[in-house]
Amino acid sequence: MSDTEVIIGLEVHIQLTNLKTKLFCSCNSDYRGKEQNTIVCPICLGLPGSLPVINENAIGYATRLALALDCKINEEFWFFRKNYFYPDLPKAFQISQYNKAGGKAFGDGGHITIRLDGEKKEISLDRIHLEEDPARLVHKGSIASSPYTLVDYNRSGMTLIEIVTNPVMKSPEEARDFLNQLKSIVQYTGIADLDLEGSVRVDANISIKGNPRSEVKNINSFKEVERALKWEIQRQRNALKRGKELIQETRHWDDKRRVTIGLRTKEFEKDYRYFPEQDLVPINIDKKFIEEVKKELPEMPNARMKRFQEQYQLSEFDSEILVLDKNLADFFEKGVQQNKSFGLDDYKTYCNWLMGDISRWLNDNNKNINDSKLKSNQLNELIMNINDGKITGKIAKGFVDEMMKGNSISDIIKKSGKKRIADEATLYKIVEEVLKENLDIVKDYNGNPRALEALIGKCMQKTRGQADPNVTRNLIKKKIQ
Amino acid sequence: MKIIDFMAYELIEKINNKEIKVIDILQQTYENIEASEDLIHSFISLSKEEALEKARILDKKLDNGKQSGKLFGLPIAIKDLICVKNNLTTCGSKILEGYKPPYNATVSDRILEKENAICVGRTNMDEFAMGSSTENSSYGPSYNPWDFNRVPGGSSGGSATCVASGQTIISLGTDTGGSIRCPASYCGVTGLKPTYGRVSRYGLISYANSLDVIGPISRCVKDAALLLKIMAGKDPLDSTSYDIKVDNYTNDLDKPIEKKVLGVPKEFFGEGIEQSVKKKINEAIKISENLGAEIREITLPHLEYTIPTYYLIAMSEASSNLARFDGLRYGEMYDNPQSDVFEVFSKTRGEKFGEEVRRRIILGTYILSAGYYEMFYLKALKVRTLIKQDFKNAFTQCDAIVCPTMPTTAFKIGELVDDPLQMYLMDALTCPVNLAGLPALSIPCGFDQNNLPIGFQIIGNYFDEHTILNIGNLIENKLNIYRKIPQIIRNKK
Ligand SMILES: [Zn+2]
Repeated sequence: MSDTEVIIGLEVHIQLTNLKTKLFCSCNSDYRGKEQNTIVCPICLGLPGSLPVINENAIGYATRLALALDCKINEEFWFFRKNYFYPDLPKAFQISQYNKAGGKAFGDGGHITIRLDGEKKEISLDRIHLEEDPARLVHKGSIASSPYTLVDYNRSGMTLIEIVTNPVMKSPEEARDFLNQLKSIVQYTGIADLDLEGSVRVDANISIKGNPRSEVKNINSFKEVERALKWEIQRQRNALKRGKELIQETRHWDDKRRVTIGLRTKEFEKDYRYFPEQDLVPINIDKKFIEEVKKELPEMPNARMKRFQEQYQLSEFDSEILVLDKNLADFFEKGVQQNKSFGLDDYKTYCNWLMGDISRWLNDNNKNINDSKLKSNQLNELIMNINDGKITGKIAKGFVDEMMKGNSISDIIKKSGKKRIADEATLYKIVEEVLKENLDIVKDYNGNPRALEALIGKCMQKTRGQADPNVTRNLIKKKIQ
Repeated sequence: MKIIDFMAYELIEKINNKEIKVIDILQQTYENIEASEDLIHSFISLSKEEALEKARILDKKLDNGKQSGKLFGLPIAIKDLICVKNNLTTCGSKILEGYKPPYNATVSDRILEKENAICVGRTNMDEFAMGSSTENSSYGPSYNPWDFNRVPGGSSGGSATCVASGQTIISLGTDTGGSIRCPASYCGVTGLKPTYGRVSRYGLISYANSLDVIGPISRCVKDAALLLKIMAGKDPLDSTSYDIKVDNYTNDLDKPIEKKVLGVPKEFFGEGIEQSVKKKINEAIKISENLGAEIREITLPHLEYTIPTYYLIAMSEASSNLARFDGLRYGEMYDNPQSDVFEVFSKTRGEKFGEEVRRRIILGTYILSAGYYEMFYLKALKVRTLIKQDFKNAFTQCDAIVCPTMPTTAFKIGELVDDPLQMYLMDALTCPVNLAGLPALSIPCGFDQNNLPIGFQIIGNYFDEHTILNIGNLIENKLNIYRKIPQIIRNKK
């Protein structure tokens, strides 16, 4: 197996969408959906004579992320120019940071904990740094066949943070979990909304141990990364199987065809001629500033997960998933604290509802808990109705859609006309009918434990989910024995 | 009243006293320009209509007693690489032919909008300020008003010739390695290079951005002081501008310099300095001594490394600063539907940039390339630190440093065109000042046997422009040659 061991390293670019202005000018960061080339100024257009001025808030945001990732923050650094020609780069250099030639990254090291199949693993980071976003190139259809390229400078000069991992991930699944955890941390720090289109770009370095690596560029969402990695690993394995030698190369991820495409092999290595950006003065980040940022930083997902296990007695698994989306975890805490009568069992029920039916609904409807109409008192009311025996869990599940539309639980119950049936006499009749109609299952009863559940299900069907499952179970047991 | 007879500060008074109308000043200015421009070629573009229009508006304000601004109604010429909103700004290059920036440089804003000076035109220059003779302009050279066969110096050649010939009284130049002081010296006018960071660079189209600075060219020290006061000060749009108190530079210009110590660096008087230059510089030093200053010999041991250090840094920065000129967003573009974007870029740059600009871009690209970066660029930065330290040490022993501005007087047009290295050596006495970031003033101190002006350079400590203006003003008064002007405009009439 060791000869086919996979090695993955990621370079993740995230746009600090929560900043009000761009990295080096006062243009609005909120360019999405605006008319092309209207959120621009001499600075982000790179007009001759214009000069950059650092957005101090970007330094604060980068500090937040560095602290959350446990990076060692460099207290003084120069920005560097990364020189190359491309139509999306109006100055023909990108103002970035460089960790060689006398330059320093924003933060060195750091790590993110991932959990896969119940096992913890630390993914170590090489560094994080700040840089400006180039403009956006717009094509008609696919890049290859488009008769023209248009440039939209609205994105030019947006703030990016690049997170560079060490090549320590062993599978696309690890990479996926790494990105999920990173997304969660970014959400907690409040620096970006990574659900916004184009807010994330990933380059992945992939190799099979002992072979040259390829760099897959242009992966434009977290979801695509796993897919691209799987495809690229398969491509490399197939090539090796056929006895072909792999070369170090840059490949592009074509998300329409879902393949990686090799670019022309370069005749020479790219030389970005990095050197200090003298239009800016060195950035100083003193200990006092770092301490202030630290104080404002909310509880991070890892710490919150541990607290959830203690305070609400949730399992490690539940806590981990619940805290991943800060909004969901906030919803949970707000909800369970609203109802003073809630006990440990209710916390678990509450968590199950959020992670189960509600998350499923959000996923299906492509929504976030915050932009749904669900209020925590609705979920409280739903659980109270189950606890009080007014409705069954089965009935409640049928209410999810109405509840997510913001309708009150009492209205939903009234409208549905459903309530829990626990009256033994009523249920006895139904049980009798079901047993008569399903003699084959009854015959199976002694040999097959699932027969009992099947019979309960039949009773549920007959009552449109209103039968109390426990009362029904006892009645069936009594009747057959 | 002939405006050619007045300094700027005198003319301002006349305007405010309603002794002359602004429109008369502008009309005279354009008459003077038209009378001499074919001989001197100071300008790349003129904006006569806009200027006359503004003059009329200002006159109306004056009539209503609503004038405002310290330069109210004063004509000024601006070097072609300082952005003036909606005004041709070409950097002397074909690659920016027709380019009108949509915004004002901070300096243009202060001088034209806030203080109400009037921009009469954009002065000729070596393309992207790369040169010491203005022969590298894509729009043809300028000619020295004292001898039309000679260069006016560069790169702010046009800004010096227009003041020297009396076309305008004041102008703005930029100085990266001597580009204000060299033409000021060759044309016999006053040029001030402020401390790096004293004047905002916002809107100055970069050649070498760690060295570039905007400064005034004028006929007398007091006018330079007046302009510096307006231009200087922290600009939130330029991170490298300093928040250090701006003096009222026109005050105390006559203050005695009895207690001042003037350093004379022996390295500035060595080989390559013409005898006639040495003679006049020594006379000027003698005058300062007579004014009570103490003369002290000092040493700047790393000065011999100035030229390679300067060019390594300037070319590196230039290669990056000029990379944005690809024709895509502004300026002229090589357009061929068959070409891919990189061919368009390289054809545009190959065809529109002049030879010297291409030479410096290619050398700068080479210097910054992997493997050479440490060998050249980082080493140059280290030497730059040593040169800075030399000056810092010197300023523990003196208040200002005096020396020639240029090793020679103006050379003949074409004389050094094929010898770029010899041309680079012309900057030997000016560019150490840029490497250190210090302020320096060049004032005319006499003429050589060919009646060509000689410039006296006074280098000050960081942000101490006031001292060098003070010293310069006293020497100027003693020499009393600053009103002398070549007889072109008067002869023509
Ligand atoms: Zn902008």
